[in-house]
Amino acid sequence: MTGKTLYDKIWDAHLVHQAEDGTGLLYIDRHLVHEVTSPQAFEGLRMAGRQVRAPEKTIAVPDHNVPTTEGRDKVIENEDSRIQVEALDKNARDFGINYYPVSDVRQGIVHIVGPEQGWTLPGMTVVCGDSHTATHGAFGALAHGIGTSEVEHVLATQTLIQSKSKNMKVEITGQLAPGVTAKDITLSVIGKTGTAGGTGYVIEYCGEAIRSLSMEGRMTVCNMAIEGGARAGLIAPDETTFAYVKGRPHAPKGAQWEAAMEWWKTLYSDDDAHWDKVVTIRGEDIAPVVTWGTSPEDVLPITDVVPDPTAFKGGKVEAAKRALDYMGLTAGTPLKEIKIDTVFIGSCTNGRIEDLRAAAAILKGKKIKDGMRAMVVPGSGLVRAQAEEEGLADIFKEAGFEWRLAGCSMCLAMNPDQLAPGERCAATSNRNFEGRQGKGGRTHLMSPAMAAAAAITGHLTDVREMM
Amino acid sequence: MDKFESFSGVAAPMPLVNIDTDMIIPKQFLKTIKRSGLGVNLFAEMRYLDDGSENPDFVLNNPAYRNAEIIVAGDNFGCGSSREHAPWAIKDFGIKCVISTSFADIFFNNCFKNGILPIVLPQEQVDVLMKDAEKGSNARLDIDLENQTVTTSEGESFHFEVDPFRKHCLLEGLDDIGLTLEKASAIDSFESQASQARPWV
Repeated sequence: MTGKTLYDKIWDAHLVHQAEDGTGLLYIDRHLVHEVTSPQAFEGLRMAGRQVRAPEKTIAVPDHNVPTTEGRDKVIENEDSRIQVEALDKNARDFGINYYPVSDVRQGIVHIVGPEQGWTLPGMTVVCGDSHTATHGAFGALAHGIGTSEVEHVLATQTLIQSKSKNMKVEITGQLAPGVTAKDITLSVIGKTGTAGGTGYVIEYCGEAIRSLSMEGRMTVCNMAIEGGARAGLIAPDETTFAYVKGRPHAPKGAQWEAAMEWWKTLYSDDDAHWDKVVTIRGEDIAPVVTWGTSPEDVLPITDVVPDPTAFKGGKVEAAKRALDYMGLTAGTPLKEIKIDTVFIGSCTNGRIEDLRAAAAILKGKKIKDGMRAMVVPGSGLVRAQAEEEGLADIFKEAGFEWRLAGCSMCLAMNPDQLAPGERCAATSNRNFEGRQGKGGRTHLMSPAMAAAAAITGHLTDVREMM
Repeated sequence: MDKFESFSGVAAPMPLVNIDTDMIIPKQFLKTIKRSGLGVNLFAEMRYLDDGSENPDFVLNNPAYRNAEIIVAGDNFGCGSSREHAPWAIKDFGIKCVISTSFADIFFNNCFKNGILPIVLPQEQVDVLMKDAEKGSNARLDIDLENQTVTTSEGESFHFEVDPFRKHCLLEGLDDIGLTLEKASAIDSFESQASQARPWV
């Protein structure tokens, strides 16, 4: 008998029922909820006269369209946004689920709040009506996004109907060079496998370079598993994980901690486990990267040039032509010569304290380019408070950045933080789709340090030249 | 949910690869607390010009495809976010079936929850269907879920695979939640056993 992967082990531990055709009914340990993808699900419950089966395992926080400016706890100007936030307030109250309202310092992006509060633990199943739920895989939890019908299903039954994915191993060997970060790893993997390369798989990231990452770096890597098409990304828990979890408000304590540790230490892929696909990348080969197009797979080292669409194959030729047209770029232009007018540091990909530290280290004592609009949107109220305590907020403000309240903000531009048509942004978020940050807006994805460097020079910049 | 019946319909060709959920339904339309009425915003940024008028170059504005019930799309259709507003908008427009070489996982799941059939076929077959779709409204594709076939206007037929449980739910118009609640005792016993094994959860 062959061994099991980490994914197999978590799957087996949560299988309530398996149909003859292999379809599984999985028990869900944590259900995270936000204001945009949940109203219709709660409405469905009410119409059917159903309750939330496990309100104590359900955690809600408004994040997607909350403004990030002061005064938002008094009034949200945009009526549609206000209605969604008020609906979540009411649904959380009516159904008795855990809730962090806008006025709570612990409010923030749902995927930052979950781990921060210790809701996310190794070996759990975690779902949310948001594709970036993959983030929680950094703890060795099986975590993925679901649609609103499935949100309603989980609310009502605390289970999810799932077919099992295949197992894919992504190994990053060796060590990263200076200036290269978790964001560069995750973007480089997508650059290699494509945005559909992970479709049908759950990815486990492993290798020395992954082991060397902090929990925050691991969350950045897993966060973008979805951009690679995978259902989920996982990293086996280890001492780094346990140290991060210990002492968090909802982490187990005392004897329960000991019992949990005993199980958590069994959560790794066996040596003889079967992998359906294996991708290996040398850590030393990864450079600081940026995206040039309108798909996260359109990624190249900062030292490269805008590619020629005719160099691609199949449908990608037309897609690349369309991307260059949308992005206003010409093939052959060095990436470092691309001028930007906006910088966004934040999101569930890169809105944690280490991300802010990395950006502040580049910005310290410097000013952003004249005319640049730059903002930092911390991932949670607690990240914001810590950054203020560490003096990072002052560094950002003195450099010319706006210092905002927590939320998803310009990652998806559902709130007032948006690009105008033709504006070009260096962003630490996760998607560079057409119109993602505002209609006609142009997005280049990169790490926080690279975004900070671009804010200073006014063009895409190799952060290694500033270190 | 309505039962999914076999039908013959106009197919709109959308050969672009990686059509993402932001293209299908831009985020400004996610601020609704309802499921209905999103069809008018389907593909909004490609479908309408800056002044709000229709973009005559967009396929669904072409008179031949205004009543399309099928989309034949490039690779990796529906990539991006989990927003179920994407299939809601597709359904509300009147599209009942999307055909591509591949779909993003969450979008694919969401389709089945809304009575939409996503069909995966190999590149050569999608190429044939794309060419057929390009002929306009006189060329209708036949979609037969019961027998798992797509047939072109020329009579060429392709077999497709579909998960048996999902096929059953589509054909019968079944509500997942109702089905799962029939297993309530299994969930109860799992919960009591798990609370012993992993009391910290």
